[in-house]
Amino acid sequence: MTAAIEVEHLVKRYPRGRANAVDDMSFAVRRGETFGLLGPNGAGKTTAIGILTTRVLPTSGRAAVAGIDVVADPIAAKQRIGVVPQTSNLDRSLRVREILTFHAAYHGVSRRERQARADALLEELGLAARGKDKLDWFSGGLQQRVMLGRALMHEPDVLFLDEPTNNLDPQSRLFLWDRIRALHERGVTVVLTTHDMEEADRLCDRIAIMDHGRILALDTPEGLRRLIPGGTMLEVRTRLPQAVPAGAPAGEEPVEAALAALPGVTAVERRPGSGTDAAAVYRLYATGDAGQLLASAAQAVVREEAELLDLRFARPSLEDVFIHLTGSNLRA
Amino acid sequence: MTTLDATLPARGRVGAATRSFLAIVERDLLVIRREAPSFLVQTLVQPLFFLFVFGKVLTGIGSATPSFGTILLPGIVAFTCFLTPLQAVSIDLGRDLGFTHEIDDRLLAPLPNVLVALEKFGLAALRGLIAGACVFPLAYLVLGSGYHVRTDLIAEVAGMMVLTALLGAAIGMLVGAAVPITQIGLIFSLLITPLLFTGCTYYPWSTLGGLRWFQVVTLFNPLTYAAEGLRHAMLPPIAGHPIETLPMGWVLLVLCGSLVVITGIGLRLFQRRVVS
Repeated sequence: MTAAIEVEHLVKRYPRGRANAVDDMSFAVRRGETFGLLGPNGAGKTTAIGILTTRVLPTSGRAAVAGIDVVADPIAAKQRIGVVPQTSNLDRSLRVREILTFHAAYHGVSRRERQARADALLEELGLAARGKDKLDWFSGGLQQRVMLGRALMHEPDVLFLDEPTNNLDPQSRLFLWDRIRALHERGVTVVLTTHDMEEADRLCDRIAIMDHGRILALDTPEGLRRLIPGGTMLEVRTRLPQAVPAGAPAGEEPVEAALAALPGVTAVERRPGSGTDAAAVYRLYATGDAGQLLASAAQAVVREEAELLDLRFARPSLEDVFIHLTGSNLRA
Repeated sequence: MTTLDATLPARGRVGAATRSFLAIVERDLLVIRREAPSFLVQTLVQPLFFLFVFGKVLTGIGSATPSFGTILLPGIVAFTCFLTPLQAVSIDLGRDLGFTHEIDDRLLAPLPNVLVALEKFGLAALRGLIAGACVFPLAYLVLGSGYHVRTDLIAEVAGMMVLTALLGAAIGMLVGAAVPITQIGLIFSLLITPLLFTGCTYYPWSTLGGLRWFQVVTLFNPLTYAAEGLRHAMLPPIAGHPIETLPMGWVLLVLCGSLVVITGIGLRLFQRRVVS
């Protein structure tokens, strides 16, 4: 079975652009996968989606959807894709239900079938009572739902969502996330762009981290986390013995020194404690076996006569990964 | 809901494109029907006042000859057929390409983008034809006994109206694709007013003999040929003399030629706007 999406050495340079908007990008998306393009604004995500959805012509390279080359055969490619853009492009001359049924008609869905699908989708998207409405007073979240319904009317192989939850209120955002998960369960291939780390983390099977038109890393969220050196992060919360002032400088403080001396630990970071219990929180970055580290860290704390309050593994966030890869924060 | 992972059967491109095109036409016809009342008011107010003031008031107070209404009517039909689609396409397209992007759903339908443009173009021309046709009953009501249109050249009248409406739509597409929506107002005043007033809509071309340089200027305006063609097809002989117009061969040549050239440029600009 062919991949849902294949992109090989894709380059896009706009006539007046100073650099390549997409710069030698290659990746493949498996059927049924939810795939994320993650990066700051201007990273080339939208251009990449534009090429895959036939609206941008690549300067060089190859892009195929469901085995169809999007440049050579845009008409066949358009039959296979559904697109939910960043901002509403809904046809305001039509009513909600007509937006769905006409879209299906453009795609050659029979009259009876498009009525049935429109009913089902409006119901599923919580718009059943709004089919006859005009869009005039629809919020961003509602318009987003209509666009999602529209994109699904012709049962595309691949659904593209460009910054789907940008500018949405939290409730609409959760609603959309639920919908995307439901589509995933049904086996629809979903490609979404986002600069929201949490969104990518929650929804995507695999994520390509992009910056300046290039893919810096492509892996599962877990795989990306492992890119951070000393992949284990352990947080230790203790109450220090009274004799030692809590604000002692690093190195002079025996608990911290003991933790830093443990095998495999590459760095110890004193974190600001929370609450009023005068607890000290240390974050240990380490390589090697996590269970071993847990045990020896606990022993070290006890040996130094501090009280152990909590021990837990902290997961590096995708943001940490991004910072690690680019040396800078997400600009978005 | 049916299964979403089912692969669409590979369809013939031509079949898919045809179905798509027809569905887009259906969408536009629905919108035209829905907007009919406001559309008609919007397009017919201007011809109404022109007919009333020039055909009724000026002839009534003796500032124009009694036959002026008759001579004026073909020009009014021409500019209504011409201007209606011009404005419809340019404003629609300017808005769509500029910020609403409502056309995107059609551009993502399985048909060549050029057909999306041609559909818009054709349906706008249809609007022009409807508006132009409505001018006749309007003139009949306003001009009363001053309404004289020969009926033996109906096919020629219809043909000229179709050409005029297509030409208006073509120029509209050119403007809509070339001009940012924020500049449309400026372009309209720079383009439409001169087009209207040098287009022989209010005077037969042959009467400009005494103003030779202006007569030459009008030849560079395609609307001149539309108005002259309609005058040829509509005007009965006045006082036994047939009205002198530009030769129909030239009229057809220039109208068809400019239609092809302007449509070609407009489509190319459109294509460049929708695929970057």
